[in-house]
Amino acid sequence: MTEAFIYDAVRTPRGKGKKDGSLHQVTPIHLVANLLWALEARNNLDTSLVDDIVLGCVTPVGEQGADIARVAALYAKWSETVAGVTQSRFCASGLESVNIAAMKVMSGFEDLVVAGGVESMSRWAMGSDGGAWAMDPRVNQQTGFSPQGIGADTIATVEGWSREDVDNFALNSQRKAAHARDKGYFKKSLVPVKDVNGLTVLDHDEFIRADATLEGLGALKPSFEAMGQMGFDATVLRKYTTLEKINHVHHAGNSSGIVDGAGLMLIGNKKMGKKLGLKPRARIVQTAVIGSEPTIMLTGIGPAAKKALTKAKMSAKDIDLFEINEAFAAVVMRAQRDLDIDPARVNVNGGSIAMGHPLGATGCMVLGTLLDELERQNKQTGLASLCVGAGMGIATIIERV
Amino acid sequence: MTAVKYDKDANGVVTLTLDMPGRSMNVLNEELLTPFQDALGKIEGDASVTGVIVTSGKKEFLAGADIDKVYKMTDPAEAFEMAEQFKALMRRLEKCGRPVVAALNGTALGGGLELALACHYRIALNNPKAKFGLPEVKLGLLPGGGGTQRLPRLIGIQPSLPLILEGKELTAEKAKQQGIIHEVVETADEMFAQARAWISANPKAAQPWDDKKFKWPGGDSKSPANGQMWSIAPSMASAKSFGNYPAITNIMSCVFEGGITDFDTGCRVESRYFAELVVSQVSKNMIGTLWFQLNAINKGGSRPEGVERAKVTKLGILGAGMMGAGIAYAAAKVGISVVLLDAKQDAADKGKGYSEGLLDKALKKGRGTHEAKAEMLARITPTTDYALLKGCDLVIEAVFEDRSIKADVTRKAEAVLDKRAVFASNTSTLPITGLAEASERPKNFIGLHFFSPVDKMPLVEIIKGKKTSAETLAKAFDFVQQIKKTPIVVNDSRGFYTSRCFATYPMEGMTLLAEGQHPRSIEMAGLQAGMAVGPLTVQDEVSLSLSMHVLEQTRKDLVAEGKPATEHPGTAVVEKMCKDLDRPGKKAGKGFYDYPASGQKALWPGLAKAFPLAEQLPQQDLMDRLMFAQANEAAKCYAEKVVESVADTNIGSIFGWGFAPFQGGALQYINAYGVENFVKRSKELAKKYGERFKPAPILVKMAKEGTRFE
Repeated sequence: MTEAFIYDAVRTPRGKGKKDGSLHQVTPIHLVANLLWALEARNNLDTSLVDDIVLGCVTPVGEQGADIARVAALYAKWSETVAGVTQSRFCASGLESVNIAAMKVMSGFEDLVVAGGVESMSRWAMGSDGGAWAMDPRVNQQTGFSPQGIGADTIATVEGWSREDVDNFALNSQRKAAHARDKGYFKKSLVPVKDVNGLTVLDHDEFIRADATLEGLGALKPSFEAMGQMGFDATVLRKYTTLEKINHVHHAGNSSGIVDGAGLMLIGNKKMGKKLGLKPRARIVQTAVIGSEPTIMLTGIGPAAKKALTKAKMSAKDIDLFEINEAFAAVVMRAQRDLDIDPARVNVNGGSIAMGHPLGATGCMVLGTLLDELERQNKQTGLASLCVGAGMGIATIIERV
Repeated sequence: MTAVKYDKDANGVVTLTLDMPGRSMNVLNEELLTPFQDALGKIEGDASVTGVIVTSGKKEFLAGADIDKVYKMTDPAEAFEMAEQFKALMRRLEKCGRPVVAALNGTALGGGLELALACHYRIALNNPKAKFGLPEVKLGLLPGGGGTQRLPRLIGIQPSLPLILEGKELTAEKAKQQGIIHEVVETADEMFAQARAWISANPKAAQPWDDKKFKWPGGDSKSPANGQMWSIAPSMASAKSFGNYPAITNIMSCVFEGGITDFDTGCRVESRYFAELVVSQVSKNMIGTLWFQLNAINKGGSRPEGVERAKVTKLGILGAGMMGAGIAYAAAKVGISVVLLDAKQDAADKGKGYSEGLLDKALKKGRGTHEAKAEMLARITPTTDYALLKGCDLVIEAVFEDRSIKADVTRKAEAVLDKRAVFASNTSTLPITGLAEASERPKNFIGLHFFSPVDKMPLVEIIKGKKTSAETLAKAFDFVQQIKKTPIVVNDSRGFYTSRCFATYPMEGMTLLAEGQHPRSIEMAGLQAGMAVGPLTVQDEVSLSLSMHVLEQTRKDLVAEGKPATEHPGTAVVEKMCKDLDRPGKKAGKGFYDYPASGQKALWPGLAKAFPLAEQLPQQDLMDRLMFAQANEAAKCYAEKVVESVADTNIGSIFGWGFAPFQGGALQYINAYGVENFVKRSKELAKKYGERFKPAPILVKMAKEGTRFE
């Protein structure tokens, strides 16, 4: 079978997803265009050779609605022969784009695909696209809808993790991210966002809090307690019948941050790489998605990673580095336990708790970070995985070539 | 004679008076709707008609649809058609091109209010007894006559949801505050004058939702605020309903989807969800029991015929504890003079204080007046003097569950009582026939088993002793109705009906605990099955020490009677909790739960050691065991004629011990499960979990014959 290779990976810095965030000034399509231009320039790319652009976007409404992938290609003045598709697998959308691109290439149907995602959370708030799951009462009721944060708190409750446990995890994420940024580990993929004049709007991840302390984290109010008490806790407790109550340990400091950003990858077969004169950086070994219990929602990483590993005839021990999206502290802690892996090999440069989680883009971003770090440490194999809304998990295994 | 009178006045205003011949109340059925449709046709075809007033010739306006017809319906297409036809008529009414006013002379509930909502203007008479609302949910249905579409468009999605989901019934004044009724007037003349005035001032009246510029009050379902509400509303509803009430789901769907579509499409969507509920097992359960059977009870189904109705004017209560004080409150509330007697004056005073406390609480919530409170308290005389019982029509003893104490107070009271007075014991466990031995007039002796707290619990179990006369039973029955409670009648036997069946629920819960099931899962299983409270919670509330006391008494009695004692495996848990672990229950602050002075109760961590966890059973098995235990026991009681009517058995289970209302009661649970299936599952449970699940012989027989509890 044809193999799929990653030829390049780029991302914007992650900007605070509020009105005072730097990227709030920039349209989501401009975030994507910036990266398309970077891919074009960095690889001296003849864009007419690109078959398709696959983008993830979790809240595809307004400026980022209606297939932003195709319109971004047009806006970026790429060849009008480049198609574009936008999809959503909730928080995994960015990685899903990569996986779809790999499948397109490996099937032989297409030769060169741009994959990634975008999310301007400051401009188009999470949830503003509605959806049957939350807003249609009979669907909501039948499936036991509950917000992600309640699911994360449930994981911590089931596992018996205290507020201090999850806060420690968060603090560690901040330290690792600050260290990586200061050492320039993100430089390779990071493309500053420029405005229409070419003036730089943002050139670094602005969400990281290098000065975070355990005391500071300890003072933050639980984010999901009030809504839990309004009724969502009861929904969880009906499913998790051995729990008497939910311990609400997650808050703004140990959950992924709300940020703006985009990420892209250039994925193609060997022949196309040669034609373009590009060196493949990694091979996409295996992808996997799974469905899991939707109310706790965030336990899909373990099963998804195991499915990918089994399919690839590998085990967790064969993986040098892991990127597990830090949606919430307890999610990664649970995944580490499910996979029985040493935390020292996981998210070595921090994650979404420190840097933020631009929903549709994150999956692509973390895979790029993983690849950069494998190269920096001169290691071979990596696995990226994210928990996903409505109870899903996704995993992608790559291997340097 | 027609059910709809048509009167046109000189100004062209037509008054349609709903007045069904031969009935005390109007009800929505063909007999009413056919002439209504004819009248509407006449109005549409008569250009000289300038306006329409819809009113009623009965005391009430219109109390809803014909439940009989709905109950019999099994074809969703028929239910859909019925809803569509009614709505088409309502649509014609509100689009007839003339102003239409509802002159609401009395109660308008369900379809009655839906008809009023299809009018352009609503004026109600200020009758404090008149009720306005959409109570369909209480029978497992939804307002299928456009109620889920008109009410939210009239007052907004968020204010209308609790009204429809909880089936709240409002007074005219409250309905006006909510924006459902436009005007409340004091006299009928005023009502019609105002109706005519409104018609002449609004010749081109149209419904807001038929206005092109219509804006939803508070936004439609797409508005962000309502979007957030819709995301949590199902969780809030399920926190109480445990997803057992499809009407709640379907009502939310009607209002939600109606908030996205246009009015007419919303109405059609409503008919679809309505039809699903009409043919659902849950609505059949609820209508069968909470409508037909309850009505049969209220009409005196278990009351001896031929005895004149009696009223209690003076009531004596012996023992001013929790139960005595509660009974005093219930009686004084309906105007009965009460002598509340206790051995000590301060105990009697404290019993009266209970009523004062309840009345103060109500006042704080804005209910009642200081005058009414004073009047009611004046009816209760706390005393230690038996002489004051003279002239009582009825005396109820509510003293400690001890035969000799009860015998003593019986004799003391009878010494001053009139020969015709009835003497009742509020025992929950001691056989009435035995207690009657202390009485000089055992024919006048009866059991009146109240439930705690008396002011809230709607049921009274009337227990006939061997010698109780029909007249005494009738008087007791009338008294229970007089204090606005529901009477069921049972025969004398150990635990009577309710206590005996109820006990199987906590007993099975405790058995599961002893087997190593997680206590929280046990509690949740009870709640998921639709019980009002979990089995361990309820056992804590009853108190383990009381159960221990009853257990020891039963053991003694059985030895005395020479009967073999086959004990429920749950009794071992009672003994262990009481004797080894010193966890006697909620009152002591420690039972299966800890009860901290401040904060919520929490399962006692020591349970983990006392009852170590074993392999966990499927939650469905826990639910089945808890429910089958009760239903099977109820079937046995029915077979043994402890309780003689299906209605009393079902209503007793729901009102007495909180059996799942959506199941329609303990016997209807078996009907709905299918008698044959129930027998089959019982045998499975018996094989897996113990002989106590063996199906009652009556059920095996019924399964063979293909009959059910009717």
